[in-house]
Amino acid sequence: MVFIEYIYCKFLFGGIWMQLFFDRKDDVLLIKLMGELDHHSAEEVRIKIDNKIDETGLNKIIFDFSGVNFMDSSGIGVIIGRYKKVKEFNGKVAIINLKPHIKKIFELGGLFKIIKEYDNLQKALLEF
Amino acid sequence: MFQNEMKLEFPSKSQNEAFARVVVAAFASQLDPTIEELSDVKTAVSEAVTNAIIHGYENTQGTVVLKCKIDGRKLTVEVIDYGKGIEDVELARQPLYTSRPELERSGMGFTVMETFMDSLEVESEPGKGTRVIMTKEFKQL
Repeated sequence: MVFIEYIYCKFLFGGIWMQLFFDRKDDVLLIKLMGELDHHSAEEVRIKIDNKIDETGLNKIIFDFSGVNFMDSSGIGVIIGRYKKVKEFNGKVAIINLKPHIKKIFELGGLFKIIKEYDNLQKALLEF
Repeated sequence: MFQNEMKLEFPSKSQNEAFARVVVAAFASQLDPTIEELSDVKTAVSEAVTNAIIHGYENTQGTVVLKCKIDGRKLTVEVIDYGKGIEDVELARQPLYTSRPELERSGMGFTVMETFMDSLEVESEPGKGTRVIMTKEFKQL
């Protein structure tokens, strides 16, 4: 356990908190997050996503959380903020690949009242 | 009964939110916690330290003190700042309450701490600072 945390520390303090990967599937903007979503990384994440939404003009977003290994309540603000942004243009937001611990924070924040969760990308694209 | 403790001080920089939660996780690992217990503690520490930085010091420079204690299988974590303090602790602890709505914050910090730890105490004095004390009992192996 300690050894794993050590490698993780090195990775973390190498300055990489969160990496974002953008992809487009028809009229859906797919955003894959990799890393840790906290107050420190939230600002950059927010700016990068908003820029991409403005640039592509897409109003349907799928967040892929498979690479997010930590999130605190700062993440709730980030997701609700993006939801509000695309909502103005009749858009919607879905989430895929939530880890159990992060799902608990989503539930606490009441996010599933406004955002749908799917098991995988195929299902999300089909039903979204 | 096994006992251990540690104390750490660091400046109120947002980079130290990750530092603090990893340090507490490493300290708690001597109790052989489950991954879930460790995630709970990390999340709660992250919330408390973030509060100290953005609300206690309002993003100005200050010192955050982090104390951890192990008594048997109980972990106590204290996060202390000497910042602004909280006028109304009861109100601040309400779910969805945020004193700074302009920051796109969810107002769920204290709720997350309460949910993921066994107990949460908040002592605060306006102008003097805030002390958050959280405990969690780890399951018997």
